[in-house]
Amino acid sequence: MADHILAIDVNGDRHRVLVTDQRTLLEVLREDLGLTGTKHGCDVGECGACTVLVDDKPVLSCLVIARQVDGSSVQTVEGLAHDGKPDLLQEAFAELGAAQCGYCTPGMLISARSLLDDNPDPTTEEVQAGLAGNLCRCTGYIKIFDAVRLAAARDRGL
Amino acid sequence: MTQSFSVVGKPLPRVDSMDQTMGKTQYVDDMTLPDMLVGRHLLSIHAHARILRIDTSRAESLPGVRGVITGSDLPITYGILPISQDEHALAVDRVRYVGEPVAAVAAVDAATAEEALGLIDVEYEPLDEVVTLEQAFADDRPILHGDGLGQNVHRSAALEFGDVEEGFARADYIREDVFFFGGNTHAALETHAALASYSQTGKLTLWSSTQVPHYVHRTLEKVLELPAGRIRVVAPAIGGGFGGKTDPFSHELTAAKLSMVTGKPVKINLSREEVFYAHRGRHPVLMWIKTGFENDGTITSMRFKTFLDGGAYGSYGVASLYYTGALQPTTYRIPNYRFEGVRVFTNKPPCGPKRGHGTPQPRFGLECQLDKAADHLGIDPATIRRRNAVEPFSTTVNHLRITSCALVECIDKVVEESGFAGKHRQLPSGRGVGLAVGAYMSGAGLPIYFNDMPQSEVQVKVDRGGGVTVFSMATDIGQGSTTMLATVIAESLGLEPADMIMVTADTDLTPVDLGSYSSRVTFMAGNAAVVAGRKIRSRVVQAVADELETEPGSIVAEHGRVGVAGDPDRSVSWADGVRLAIAATGPLVESGGYTAPKLAGSFRGAGVGISPAYSYSACVVEVDCDAATGIVKVERVWLAHDIGRALNPLLTEGQVEGGVYMGLGEALYEEHAFRGSLHRGPSLLDYKIPTALDMPPVETFLIESDDPEGPFGAKEVGQGPLLPVIPAVANAIHDALGVRIDEVPITPPKIVAALREVSRGRPGRVGPVTIPDYEFTRLTRVEVPEGFVTP
Repeated sequence: MADHILAIDVNGDRHRVLVTDQRTLLEVLREDLGLTGTKHGCDVGECGACTVLVDDKPVLSCLVIARQVDGSSVQTVEGLAHDGKPDLLQEAFAELGAAQCGYCTPGMLISARSLLDDNPDPTTEEVQAGLAGNLCRCTGYIKIFDAVRLAAARDRGL
Repeated sequence: MTQSFSVVGKPLPRVDSMDQTMGKTQYVDDMTLPDMLVGRHLLSIHAHARILRIDTSRAESLPGVRGVITGSDLPITYGILPISQDEHALAVDRVRYVGEPVAAVAAVDAATAEEALGLIDVEYEPLDEVVTLEQAFADDRPILHGDGLGQNVHRSAALEFGDVEEGFARADYIREDVFFFGGNTHAALETHAALASYSQTGKLTLWSSTQVPHYVHRTLEKVLELPAGRIRVVAPAIGGGFGGKTDPFSHELTAAKLSMVTGKPVKINLSREEVFYAHRGRHPVLMWIKTGFENDGTITSMRFKTFLDGGAYGSYGVASLYYTGALQPTTYRIPNYRFEGVRVFTNKPPCGPKRGHGTPQPRFGLECQLDKAADHLGIDPATIRRRNAVEPFSTTVNHLRITSCALVECIDKVVEESGFAGKHRQLPSGRGVGLAVGAYMSGAGLPIYFNDMPQSEVQVKVDRGGGVTVFSMATDIGQGSTTMLATVIAESLGLEPADMIMVTADTDLTPVDLGSYSSRVTFMAGNAAVVAGRKIRSRVVQAVADELETEPGSIVAEHGRVGVAGDPDRSVSWADGVRLAIAATGPLVESGGYTAPKLAGSFRGAGVGISPAYSYSACVVEVDCDAATGIVKVERVWLAHDIGRALNPLLTEGQVEGGVYMGLGEALYEEHAFRGSLHRGPSLLDYKIPTALDMPPVETFLIESDDPEGPFGAKEVGQGPLLPVIPAVANAIHDALGVRIDEVPITPPKIVAALREVSRGRPGRVGPVTIPDYEFTRLTRVEVPEGFVTP
């Protein structure tokens, strides 16, 4: 088992982290960098709670070997705000009750951000498809769909 | 009189919602302490075996390992119910299910802890397993809790209210049905975690993802033999509960013990697989229902038998057993009622309370049977339910006091909004609608251990700057109890919920609330908060009245000011009012408590089912079924819920939607299934919970019946709305395809099998046909309550 120095950019900050071959991106974020906003619900890629953006693409960070993303740029829930102002999705989720226990919320927000970046005006069906990899056990998803659509409308200036 | 409210009834966000969406909310596994160790459990690989020897020496000598403990280090038994003290934190002498914790390790990191587990040598002597009901009732299997061979009955119950035979004698139509409800589990997104820290001064702190800090506190006191005053239990943010974090768990005790042994903080976070073994989810229940009807659908008599597969330990099982018989009469006037139930032990993870605790299973059977009877009698499903509906302010045959009740209004609402009358039996083949109802308790009437103290206490302290701090042990598991308390206090003081400073779920800092179970928090903690809030308010109002030289009766507290109603010039700011009150009468600290009225009858089992108020729900589900594949698509759900009063409609609507979601999962997908004694798939890939793609639109209707004893008239919403969803799905599938799947979950292969029966000219039904030949003894006959009116 060899150690490597991983160089990654997380939420705009550059980090160098000593990692083993097996260390996952989720472990690096939560344990090495203290970014506990990203959650783990299964550690085997089934629940979506650990979703983060790597080079603007959503990935399940529990399944990503940290070495694979050497040199990449990573965005987590802590990095969604811009200049201290919450992302429209963060505000809409809070406002419409899209978070109950809140545990799936960070991963859900990241998937939703990725969805809106690709499709600024999704239908409810498209939101459902976009969030299909993120499990929520509290809300029945309905208020999450509403919040994503509200944020999208506000983003389009409506 | 119409009450007017300032914040009650407004759809405000949770008070902590921005922390949640910014990723700042701290759950147990997000916490670290200096010099913290990582703990792991070694799990049993046998469903039933004697432990002949455990050798931990190789693990102990692995560099980085700081502590290893086994059952002999924690020999004292515990269990959530005082009558079921049958668990050990780590197995002692014997293991009873695959996945039962056998040893625990604390090490400098997770990899070392896991390596150490592999170095623990356990020698087992496998024993015969008890897996099915039949095996549990057999005489030639080992007794799980005891020695020798014999039956594995944990507890049985037999109660008769009125005279069922007399009731059947006057029935025009009697039918008997058998149903099965498969077990399922909570699957909260956060896996259970505990962090323990034992200080040099002999004080233990445990942060745990628990719904019941008070009961965990008591369990630590008992098992660790520490004085309660030296133990602090804190529940930080909890990532979902649904009843799955309502028992004291092994890892809470082993983390604490390992911290005491090593002198360092120890954190144990269960893996997803371990959560499936820790379980405490829905009991699999086989049931037999015999009901007599008059020709117009009026129920004359009912017998209900339930058989619960409890798994390896007691947990809440005695209560779960009685709950399978308790709430049927809360929706329908059943004049004569006999309930017989039995819970058995098997070599599987222990079952316990999941959302609806013991009542979704009989509700499924009852509501499906009612539809079958309506069909036979030529009555529509709504009419037969209205005809038998309980009335407000009545007493049930099993001695339950009903207060506010908007059951009929709930039925009317969903029937009207869904267009049920125009759809039932009239949609094209493959499409159908189903109706069902339910009722649930707003808190169990009795605490889990006998005592006469309040079931909930709330303290309020007001700072000289006007800041209001609310202290309560109520545990927010996502249902919004913290926001509920903030709303109640803010309403009392004329402030905003977001201004309240909330200190919750900490046994050192907060007065007792028994926990987030039995849908008790809004009713009980809410009522305690009403009392505390009123006391603070009246002191501030008195001080301001004195200052303005007027009567307190003319003073109002609203929008952050306290003064003469309708006269802004004669008012002071809230903070000034607070300073006047402190100057006049001293520290502004008050408390309130809530104790439920004494409602229990005097018969054995009378303590289960009583509640200060019941919520009511009615549900219509519309489905589109594919006859070739058996796949069911739920098109839309209409759900009306009698909530008494919605303190916060946004949060209560969220509870309804979540309950519908969980009900759909149970109806169609989820099963805690076993191959023999081995879990079929302890993962979120194999255990199918609904995804975003599976969720239909839900139309929620909140019916406000203004309960006379609820806080501002409120009742529960966390559990009740799940109940009618499951039978409504089954009834809709029958409407769509003409087949009866009397077994949950209703999976595509069952539908295809039922349709195949139809094509062969046989009845289109899949489900159990017989029940075990178990003789219920010691029937208790209970007189009908005084004032009970036979329909």
